[in-house]
Amino acid sequence: MPAGFSAADFYYILPELLLTGGALLVLMLSVLTPKQDGLLLVAALATVGATLAVVVSFAGLDVTASRGLLAIDGFAAFFKVVVLLSAALTLLMSSPYLKTEGIQAGEYYFLILCAALGMMFMSSGLDLITLFIGLETMAVSFYILAGFLKPNPRSNEAAVKYFLLGAFSLGVLLYGMSLLYGATGTTHLSGIAAALGGASPSLVVILGVVLVGAGMGFKIAAVPFHMWAPDVYEGAPTPVTAYLSVGSKAASFAMLIRIFIEGLPAVGAEWTMLFYALAVVTMTVGNIAALTQSNLKRMLAYSSIAHAGYLLMGVVVGTERGVAAMLVYLGVYVFMQLGAFAVITMMRRSDIIGEELKDLNGLSKRSPIVAFAMLFFMLSLGGIPPTAGFMGKVWLFGATIDAGFIWLAVIAVANSAVSLYYYLRVVVFMWINEEEGVGSPLTIGPAMSVALGVALFGTVVFGVYPQFLFEHAEAAARSLDGIASITLR
Amino acid sequence: MAEAIAFYTLSILILGLGVAVITTPRTVHSVVFLVLNFLCVAVLYVVLRAEFLAVIQILVYAGGIVVLYLFVVMLVNLKRQPEEHQDPRRLAKIGLGLSGAMLVELAAIVVYSYSREPSSVTAPSPAFPVQGNVEQLGWLLYTDYLIPFEVASVLLLVAMVGAIILARREL
Repeated sequence: MPAGFSAADFYYILPELLLTGGALLVLMLSVLTPKQDGLLLVAALATVGATLAVVVSFAGLDVTASRGLLAIDGFAAFFKVVVLLSAALTLLMSSPYLKTEGIQAGEYYFLILCAALGMMFMSSGLDLITLFIGLETMAVSFYILAGFLKPNPRSNEAAVKYFLLGAFSLGVLLYGMSLLYGATGTTHLSGIAAALGGASPSLVVILGVVLVGAGMGFKIAAVPFHMWAPDVYEGAPTPVTAYLSVGSKAASFAMLIRIFIEGLPAVGAEWTMLFYALAVVTMTVGNIAALTQSNLKRMLAYSSIAHAGYLLMGVVVGTERGVAAMLVYLGVYVFMQLGAFAVITMMRRSDIIGEELKDLNGLSKRSPIVAFAMLFFMLSLGGIPPTAGFMGKVWLFGATIDAGFIWLAVIAVANSAVSLYYYLRVVVFMWINEEEGVGSPLTIGPAMSVALGVALFGTVVFGVYPQFLFEHAEAAARSLDGIASITLR
Repeated sequence: MAEAIAFYTLSILILGLGVAVITTPRTVHSVVFLVLNFLCVAVLYVVLRAEFLAVIQILVYAGGIVVLYLFVVMLVNLKRQPEEHQDPRRLAKIGLGLSGAMLVELAAIVVYSYSREPSSVTAPSPAFPVQGNVEQLGWLLYTDYLIPFEVASVLLLVAMVGAIILARREL
C-alpha cells in the first residue's frame, strides 16, 4: 500500500476541499474588507453553490475514498445536497437579520460554512472516527452560533446549555463507540458489521449500541434527550435555529443510519426495539408540549422534536423503502421548516422581537404574501394534502404499515391530527385576529425573498410533483451497504 | 500478573481521585486531585505500552488544561454561596441513587459478559513499515486516518475563532 493519498482521493473530496477553501476565503475577506457584508454573502453563497455543483456532478458514483473512510455514494450525495441547500437558505435569511441585530457577518458566515463541512463528513463517513470528528466540527460551530447575540442573555443561556449538554452527550456517544471498538477491534463500520455478524451479540455490544443510540438521540433531539432543544431554539439567533433544526438534524440522521444500518445490522432486533420506543415517545411528547406554547420558536422547537419522532419511524422500518421514505420526508422537511423560520426571521425588526404568536395578529392584512407563504408552510408541517408535507407523511406512514408496524403508524397518524391544532392556530392568528393587528408591514429584502421563494417552491412543487424526490431518495437508500440484510419482521 | 496488579491499583487510584475531585469543598484542592488523576492515567498508558500517549497526557492535560483551570479558579468568585433554588446539592440523593444504579448495571454487564467469553477479541495489529510508538502513531495519522486528522484542524480553527468572538469586546 503506497503511503499518502492518490490523485483519486483528492478528486473525491473536492466538495469538502472547496467548502473549506471558501470558508477560509470568507474569513480572510472579512478581515481585509471590513463593512462589506454584501461581498461576504456573495462569497459564502458562491462557495456553497460551487460545492453543490460538484456534489451533484458526483451523483451516481458509488465508491469509497480516502482508504475506505469516506463513501461517495447516492446516500452521501442526497444528504450533502440537503445540508448545502439548508446552508444556502440560512445564509440568505441571515443577511437582513444580521443587519438588524448588528452582528459582524464574517465569522458568522465562516461558522455556517464550517458547520456544513462537519455535516458533509457526517453524511459520507464510513468510520466511527471520521463520523465523530464531523459531528464535533458541526457541534462546536453551533455552540458558538447559538451564543452569537452576546448582549442577549437568552442567547447566552442557549449557548451554555447547548454546550454543556452537547459535551455530555458527546461523552456518552464516545463511550458507546469505545465499547463497540473494544468488542470488535475496529472503528470501521463494515469491519464492525463483519465482526458482529453471525454470533449472538454480547452484552457489551448491546451496551455500546444503547449508549451510541442515546448520544445520537441528543443530536436529533429525541425524547427523553430533548430537554435542551426548546431553550436553545428559543435563545439562538433565528436563522441559526432554522439551520440547527434542519441541517444538524438531517446530518445526525445520516450518521445514525450509517452507524446502525451499515455498521450494526447484526443487532438489528435490539436497536429496532430501542428506536420504536424512542419514536413513539418523541412524537407524542413533542406534539403535546407544542400545544401550549405561545412563543413561535418554542412551538417550532417542539414541532421539530415531533418530526424527529416521525423520521425515526424510517429507521425503525430499516428497509430500503423505509429509509427512502424517511429521506423523502427529510427532503420535504427542509423546505417547510426553513420557510417557517424565514417568516419568523422577517418578523424581527429593529424595535420588535416578533417571536410571540400574537405578533402574527393581522399579518394577512399587513403582508398578504408572507401570510400566504406561512399558511403553506404550516399546512405542510401538519400534512394537509396539496402540500409536500402530505406526500412525505403518506410515504413514511405507508412504508411503516407495509413493514408490519401497524401500531406505530396508528400512533403517528393520531399525532399528526393533534399537531394540526397548533399549526392551524398560527393561521388563526394571521387571519382571524385582525382587529388587534398592530405594527407595520414586513419588509422583504432581495435575499430574504429568494429564501422564501425557494422554500415555498419546494413546499408546493414536491406536493404536486413528488416523483423527482422519490426517485433520488430511492437511489440514495439503495446505495447503502447492508440495507437488504435487514429483513422484514 | 504484574500487569494486572498495576492495572487494578491504578484503576482504584484513578477512581478514588475522581471521587475526591468532585467531593472536596475547596476548589484548589479539587484541581490538585485532578492533576494527580491525570498523572495516574498517564501511568496507565505506560502500562498499556502507549508511551507517546502518556507523554501527551502529561503535557496537555496535567500541564496545559490544569493551568487553565487554575486561571478559572482565580478569576471566578467562588466564595459566594449558591442561591437556594439553584443549590447543586438539592438533588444530590436522587443523583447519587441514579448514578449508583447505573454503575452497578455497567459493572454487572462487564463482569457478566467477560466471565462468559474471556478476551473474545484481540485487536488486529496492522503491519507497520516503521518501528516505535511515535512513528507508528504518526504513520497511521498521515496514511489511514489522514482525513479525520485534517478535519480536526478545521475543528481547532473553528474553536479558535469561536473563542475570539466570545471573548472580544463589542465595538
